[in-house]
Amino acid sequence: MQNHFEEQKFTPTTTCAGCPIGIVTRTVLNATEDPVVVTNATGCMEVTTTVYPNTSWKVPYIHSAFANAGATVSGIETAKKALLKKGKISEDNLKIVAFAGDGGTYDIGLQALSGALERGHDFLFVCYDNGAYMNTGGQRSGGTPYASTTETTPAGKKSIGKIAGRKNIMDIVVGHKIPYAATANIGFLNDFEAKVKKAFSIKGPKFLLVFSPCVLVWKISTSVTIDVAKLATETNFWPLYEVENSQYKISYNPKQKVSVEEFLQTQGRFKHIFKRPDGTDIIAKIQQETDAEWDRLSRLAQG
Amino acid sequence: MKNKQIKKAITGGFAVGEAIRQINPDVMAVYPITPQTPIVEYFAQEVADGNAYTEIIPVESEHSAMSACIGSAAAGARSMTASSSQGIMYMMEMLPIASAMRLPIVMAVSTRAISGPLNIHGDHSDAMAMRDFGWIQLFAESVQEAYDNLIIGTKLAEKALLPVAPNMDGFITSHSVENVEIMTDQAVKEFVGEYQPTQTLFDFNEPKTFGAIALPESYFNFRKQVYDAMQEAESKFLEIVSDFEKISGRKYDLVESYQLDDAEKVIVAMGSTCGTIKATVDKLRGRGQKVGLLKIRLFRPWPVEAVYQALKDVEQVFVLDKNLSFGTSQVLAGNVEIALKRPINSVVYGLGGREISEEEVEKIFTGEVRSFLI
Repeated sequence: MQNHFEEQKFTPTTTCAGCPIGIVTRTVLNATEDPVVVTNATGCMEVTTTVYPNTSWKVPYIHSAFANAGATVSGIETAKKALLKKGKISEDNLKIVAFAGDGGTYDIGLQALSGALERGHDFLFVCYDNGAYMNTGGQRSGGTPYASTTETTPAGKKSIGKIAGRKNIMDIVVGHKIPYAATANIGFLNDFEAKVKKAFSIKGPKFLLVFSPCVLVWKISTSVTIDVAKLATETNFWPLYEVENSQYKISYNPKQKVSVEEFLQTQGRFKHIFKRPDGTDIIAKIQQETDAEWDRLSRLAQG
Repeated sequence: MKNKQIKKAITGGFAVGEAIRQINPDVMAVYPITPQTPIVEYFAQEVADGNAYTEIIPVESEHSAMSACIGSAAAGARSMTASSSQGIMYMMEMLPIASAMRLPIVMAVSTRAISGPLNIHGDHSDAMAMRDFGWIQLFAESVQEAYDNLIIGTKLAEKALLPVAPNMDGFITSHSVENVEIMTDQAVKEFVGEYQPTQTLFDFNEPKTFGAIALPESYFNFRKQVYDAMQEAESKFLEIVSDFEKISGRKYDLVESYQLDDAEKVIVAMGSTCGTIKATVDKLRGRGQKVGLLKIRLFRPWPVEAVYQALKDVEQVFVLDKNLSFGTSQVLAGNVEIALKRPINSVVYGLGGREISEEEVEKIFTGEVRSFLI
């Protein structure tokens, strides 16, 4: 029998102080009373929760490599079908969850994720998006925002940091016409939890993209993780929305319009922008792109 | 007691597909690559026609094929796939993970050259590239052996708790029609038995973490466990082929000695070329020459004692590698040298599907061809 006390599903980890990985795992695991199996791409979540002989996971868990959360989940879900058919297991309410960071979702894990979405396996894919490869010390990924300094796109006299913007992974996922995809934020727990519950109630592939700050690489204080996360959504830098059967719905409308500059200011990864002569232009560009994306989403939500 | 068998004239690809159908695994990950494709095509049709209950995962790459097999095998499902060449190279990251997790996955291999340049024909470069990853590797000379090795390999995987790759030569065996004795479905089913995993992901009473990160104080021990399991696999193989003989009438060993009793010159080889070598041996024996063949069936684990016993009194040993290692000795040659503790003659042949004739085999025996049959 499953014990539904959260301590029983996921216990403390060796993450950095202020890291929200535990928030992501607990929110997801505690959103269902059904049995859950977890697979996890290589990354911070994996290395901080499974240092042999310890494990933070009180539910069945498997990690094998970096690129293959989508493929592993496909294997598990297909085994579930095969073993149910044979009567070797009885848990037809079994939930299968894949966790991956942005590297394991936007970049190296994209092919396997796409294959799993296209084949229509019944699973929930949760990307905890911290916008860079944090497990290796903060290198740029396809999820790293424009002008962020990273270890492989460092800001300098001749560099603004990352030149390319974020890949729109939500559009890519939605392009697979899956029944449910949504963005979430560890700073908006009720919304996050409701989305996990909704995802678990739907058959087929589901995708959640969760905003998840990294104190170390974003260079923020360990006490402000939630504040920074909230500001991302309040400034529309990280809009909260869901796409259910291709229908867009905005989950949260910021009451007061806060400029994206206020969000950027909170983090060391954008600090260089404020010292550059072209900093105003960079901030204006980020603001313009943020507004454009919000307008696009609003239009999509209006149908 | 030997069971009733049906004679069929089929290709290696179809024979292996038929063996998989008879085993009826829980999960099969399928992805096309020449010359393996006939296996998955044949099998997919059998599933489509209701002749197997397997759940097929039509994956989007070989990396995902092996990853999916790892997921399904860890969940307690008997899991298989098939591949060749670039497919094996592409999934290579996952191969040592499968063995380290002690998952009895079976991957049927139609061996093929590796790029570059691109070449779809048969050699052993792909199989040799995965030799150090904790996979049991079997080689087949004929379609019959390809069929039998798949069945033997499935049982061996589950006894040894290691993944198994039964290899057949791409095109030469995979696409050639030969007469094969096919056992009854019931005989195969009873022989392999029901897969009974000891630890699975679907244990909700005692949930387990698979694939933890292991630091220096434990990593070495995990790898050593794979080494030990591989060492023990040889005796498990011998038990299984002994049981297999009882139901099939076909007797197999770690190696096959052909005309070795008084042989002075012996070729060591694997795969379909052994047929050509046997024909040459017969011809040369007819002329009074004391030549023979040592065919390797179980390549990993390397049957070092069996090879030593077979060759210890042989004057001249010629080892044929259908693979080229750069800047070092050849794989099979090096392994034979380890067994014999003395120098042998190494010949590389057949790369990219280049054919080998009886006349050329003869030239290897006479020493006219040295190092490279190019």
